[in-house]
Amino acid sequence: MSDRGVRFVLKPIVFVASLGPFFYLVWAADTGNLSANPLADLTNETGVWTLRFICITLAITPLRKLTGWNPLVKFRRMSGLFAFFYGTLHLTTYAIVDRFAGLDQAAGWVEALSLGHAPGGALIASTLRSLAKSIGEDIYKRPFITVGFTAWLSMLPLAITSTAGWIRRLGGKRWNRLHRLVYLTGILGPLHYWWLVKADVSRPLTYAAVVAALLGVRLFWNRARRAPAPARASATPA
Amino acid sequence: MLIKRAADIRSSEITDKKLYLNRREFLGTSAATVGAVAAGALGAEALLQAATPAPHGRKLDNVKKSALSVDEKPNKWEDITTYNNYYEFGIDKDSPSMLARNYKTEPWTVAIEGECAKKGNMPLEDILKGQTLEERIYRHRCVEAWSMVIPWVGFPLADLIKKCEPTSKAKYIEFTTAYDMKQMPGLRSPVLRWPYVEGLRMDEAMHPLTIMVVGLYGEVLPNQDGAPLRLAVPWKYGFKHVKSIAKIKFVEKQPLNTWQESAPQEYGFYANVNPSVDHPRWTQSTERRIGEFLRRKTLMFNGYGDQVASLYTGMDLRRNY
Repeated sequence: MSDRGVRFVLKPIVFVASLGPFFYLVWAADTGNLSANPLADLTNETGVWTLRFICITLAITPLRKLTGWNPLVKFRRMSGLFAFFYGTLHLTTYAIVDRFAGLDQAAGWVEALSLGHAPGGALIASTLRSLAKSIGEDIYKRPFITVGFTAWLSMLPLAITSTAGWIRRLGGKRWNRLHRLVYLTGILGPLHYWWLVKADVSRPLTYAAVVAALLGVRLFWNRARRAPAPARASATPA
Repeated sequence: MLIKRAADIRSSEITDKKLYLNRREFLGTSAATVGAVAAGALGAEALLQAATPAPHGRKLDNVKKSALSVDEKPNKWEDITTYNNYYEFGIDKDSPSMLARNYKTEPWTVAIEGECAKKGNMPLEDILKGQTLEERIYRHRCVEAWSMVIPWVGFPLADLIKKCEPTSKAKYIEFTTAYDMKQMPGLRSPVLRWPYVEGLRMDEAMHPLTIMVVGLYGEVLPNQDGAPLRLAVPWKYGFKHVKSIAKIKFVEKQPLNTWQESAPQEYGFYANVNPSVDHPRWTQSTERRIGEFLRRKTLMFNGYGDQVASLYTGMDLRRNY
């Protein structure tokens, strides 16, 4: 496929497809097509899609090497940003349905909104204080929340510095080094999932296995490359 | 300290079929077109294979109202029959609604064993003989921090216990769920040690709130809710409510219930609803009532404290979780 074909045809298609799960969830929630506990579904599905996009992002470089099809790299930033997009939706859903909905102030919001007026300034201020406290305590108290929040945090600088301007500003070498953080995201994501499930670890295990394979293949290639010429240093994040 | 007997092949050595199928499916998708396009379609497909509420069953006759019912609005039939934890029919909430559809519950006999005079197989008809059915609208609180209000139909477990004539050695009662590899696809996955076992102390079992359930909303109990016979103990977490009961055994020692065996630091024998004792990984102080947005404060003994707190006088409920 030509460069133009990738840029003007394939990329937009992939972009729209990546938004598919989001629009599906909005549609399903709106039409009552989720389970009896739709709020839990929204939390779970956004989380799972974050993991999928993390795996996709990590798969791009190995796939490019295996197939030799270099335009694949043009999808790396996009899928990374989609991981951040779904991760942020996941975090927001958790903050609203798990934390906010448990606050004493939440009833006041529901009442105000159902009457059609905006919540007062005092209510907003006290809600934000309580919400920050509630989330903070949860992050501190529960290891799987600590890990999940750290995973989201690890994506934040990567999303911010994903622009061409930031690559220029940081310089390729430093930018590359920073973006190795995605390996941490890849490890923390499945761990977060693993820690949350009750008994059946097969799904978290699937993601863990995929990430392990994708990181393992990098280690293997790095070694293979280093073996014949140990002096050559390479800083390209694979 | 309990020393477990090792099975011939340890369950850890067996790769669960679902697991390798999942893995294959996953690798397949991620390889295809960098995943995104295919994954979008696949995820939607998985979600679209929708849960199906139970078809309405036979109406039960002469169901009496009960003073032990709560005065709260019951959850919808659709909620109660599509959102089930019933791992024998899969681990997803909606899988029992799809996989238990053709489960055969007739004829049904319950094996009565252990410290009692009337050992043997008791047909369900005999269990129900002379029994007045009552509607009991109970709060139901899952250990996963969601809850429902459910209009069960059943009768006091105490009545069934009396029929079995337990001896003075019967200190506990142990329930075992049916174990049918042909009909219960979830059994192929070693997520728990099968068959599912639960238990109660004799005084808990004899308590008037403790019932054997055979119906829902005045109709025969749907398969996904534990037909033909399940337990309801409304002051305890949902996992105590053992489903599709095939065996009842009177025992002297406290039974080892399945979830306790699976994760003893997270699930105990008593499993009384207790907002002040958190699950190690999540809070039990609030719950989401299915169908509501705001989380409710969880009540001690699920709000049945007046009736049952005396069963636990002098017990440290933090240790006996």
